[in-house]
Amino acid sequence: MSTPTADAGPAGAPSPTAESQPPRPSEARSVSARLFARPETGTVVAAVAIFAFFFAIAEPFRTFDSFATVLYASSTIGIVAVGVALLMIGGEFDLSSGVAVTTSALTAALVTYQLSLNMWVGVVLSLAMALLVGFINGWLVVRTGIPSFLITLSMFFILRGANIGVTKGLTGTVATDNASELDGFASAHALFASDIPLGFMTVKITVLWWIVLAAAGSWILFRTRLGNWIFAAGGNAASARAVGVPVNKVKIGLFMGVGFVGWILGMHILFNFSSVQSGLGVGNELIYIVAAVVGGCLLTGGFGSAIGAALGAFILGMTTQGIVFAGFDPNWFFTFLGAMLLLAVVLNLYIKNYASTRK
Amino acid sequence: MRSIRKVLAVAVASAAVLALAACSSQGGARNESAAEGQRYTIAMVTHEQAGDTFWDKIRAGAEDAARLHNIDLKYSNNEQGPEQATLVQNAVDSKVHGLAVTLSSADAVIPVAKKAADAGIPVVAFNQGLDQYKQAGAKMYFGSDESLAGQTVGQKLTQMNPGGKTLCVIQAQGSVALETRCAGVKKGYANTENIQVNGADLPSVQQTLNAKLAEDRSISNIVTLGAPIAMAALQAQQGTGSTARIATFDLNQDAAKAIQDGKIAFSVDQQPYVQGYLAVESLWLNLSNGNDIGGGKPTLTGPSIVDSSNIGQILPYTQANKR
Repeated sequence: MSTPTADAGPAGAPSPTAESQPPRPSEARSVSARLFARPETGTVVAAVAIFAFFFAIAEPFRTFDSFATVLYASSTIGIVAVGVALLMIGGEFDLSSGVAVTTSALTAALVTYQLSLNMWVGVVLSLAMALLVGFINGWLVVRTGIPSFLITLSMFFILRGANIGVTKGLTGTVATDNASELDGFASAHALFASDIPLGFMTVKITVLWWIVLAAAGSWILFRTRLGNWIFAAGGNAASARAVGVPVNKVKIGLFMGVGFVGWILGMHILFNFSSVQSGLGVGNELIYIVAAVVGGCLLTGGFGSAIGAALGAFILGMTTQGIVFAGFDPNWFFTFLGAMLLLAVVLNLYIKNYASTRK
Repeated sequence: MRSIRKVLAVAVASAAVLALAACSSQGGARNESAAEGQRYTIAMVTHEQAGDTFWDKIRAGAEDAARLHNIDLKYSNNEQGPEQATLVQNAVDSKVHGLAVTLSSADAVIPVAKKAADAGIPVVAFNQGLDQYKQAGAKMYFGSDESLAGQTVGQKLTQMNPGGKTLCVIQAQGSVALETRCAGVKKGYANTENIQVNGADLPSVQQTLNAKLAEDRSISNIVTLGAPIAMAALQAQQGTGSTARIATFDLNQDAAKAIQDGKIAFSVDQQPYVQGYLAVESLWLNLSNGNDIGGGKPTLTGPSIVDSSNIGQILPYTQANKR
């Protein structure tokens, strides 16, 4: 297991605590007050409320099979949301993450099929491609000082067009050829798209990736020096620089981290479905950002958590599938989704304010 | 401790409000009528992009058939293949009696549709998936043959207006079905050129076509692949003073009116209302009477040509959202 930010400076010895959010006085407080100051507390409450809601009104929602589907839908959001959350805590934004997922999947499928190579060559090359896209995003942001919103918006358009243009140019159609006959497909499928039987239900391996990435992200944030640097870079870059934090390296690393998690999802899409449609992924970047925000990340940076983002993805997964299980009119789908998100965000804010005003 | 209680109270209250708000929803076990035999639940999972007139007709057909047989129809949609596959899985989890599915992203949706068929749920494919529906374990297919429809348009244009140049307007990047249609047009009318426009943004469609018509005066036919795009093409044609003839796929009220007024030459209709209707009706027949339709072959719902000769009969139906 490589960690998402492999080159952003050495992670030092674990520091005992990571007290880096501004509204935290460090004197000892009651357990409940400290619990409420954690960024993901509101998300947990919202997740429980939404789960209870669908459990009460939608009969099909109550089976293990349905829960496995909900977990799968959550994991395909959560894998990328964890990387996006770290980036947002570091004070930056990535609008190209949705189409970058498709770019990874297309790269692997096209290179291997066109050149008749082993599938793993494509897997490794597409990882290099994903990290390169992340590096370019990050490098441009720190070099030019232009807000990442604009840089990554440009990257979004570039990739969106290139995905379709390159695919059409190489295959003559707008989807890649079926890659399932290639050598190495089976082993890659096992790693990225297999099913894990648990006896009472069968979950996709993406659920495992989702949990592992959330844990790894959490460990980086709260147990390493790099985590402190991320909070510092997002909280106040100028002060962070003044005390010797390599802000530029951290930010470039975070963009590459988003590239890495996007690559994992891209590989899942390729190996789960054997071919990739080139128009996929548009609009998903907002879903990942929403998951991170519902999970307690601030749009201004410097505050948030990886576990929160993973839970935010779970809320989205429950909502998207629960609406269908409940049989609501699909014309209103996005209205329900919006109402649920609003509920989650308001609950979050309420709990955060409550925690910071309490003495 | 009081603080936790307060937060929990807020959570419980909000969940209760939501639960109350949802009580009026239709379907579900509580509203099942024990009046007449078995009430079937049928899931319809499509690749609709929400808010499209064409899909509204498919749903109108499906809902009419469902009403007729007292079927609980669960409709869901997502234009992205992987998401649509998850929705099909969702239908399997819900233990529906029948499944109607579109195979626009064949590779993504086929494995999970097959899973439904293997679990004993009768599956029909409609609208897209002519060549792949059997791989998905579907018993029947209702829809049009995109290539055949394209050729029909090309041949009809060759009869009406040979020796010119045809512009085929593709309104969504990366759609295999639309590419197939234009390839069909080219088979029927050799001098055909494709142009990409952004169908989600009608003003930009009009601007792109304006520029193209102004730049290339040799264009004598415009083929659009959807009725709203045909109306934008009509605006562009009038704006540039071009004399190009317009033919389109599919119908809506405005396009039907334009055919009646002679502004649009003809439309090839794949009859979406029929696709939705037959998908549900055939599942009902299969569940209640063991029937299958089509003799193991796809059932074509188009191309049905609509032009000045039959528009008088069809126009009222477009106003009723059925054609």
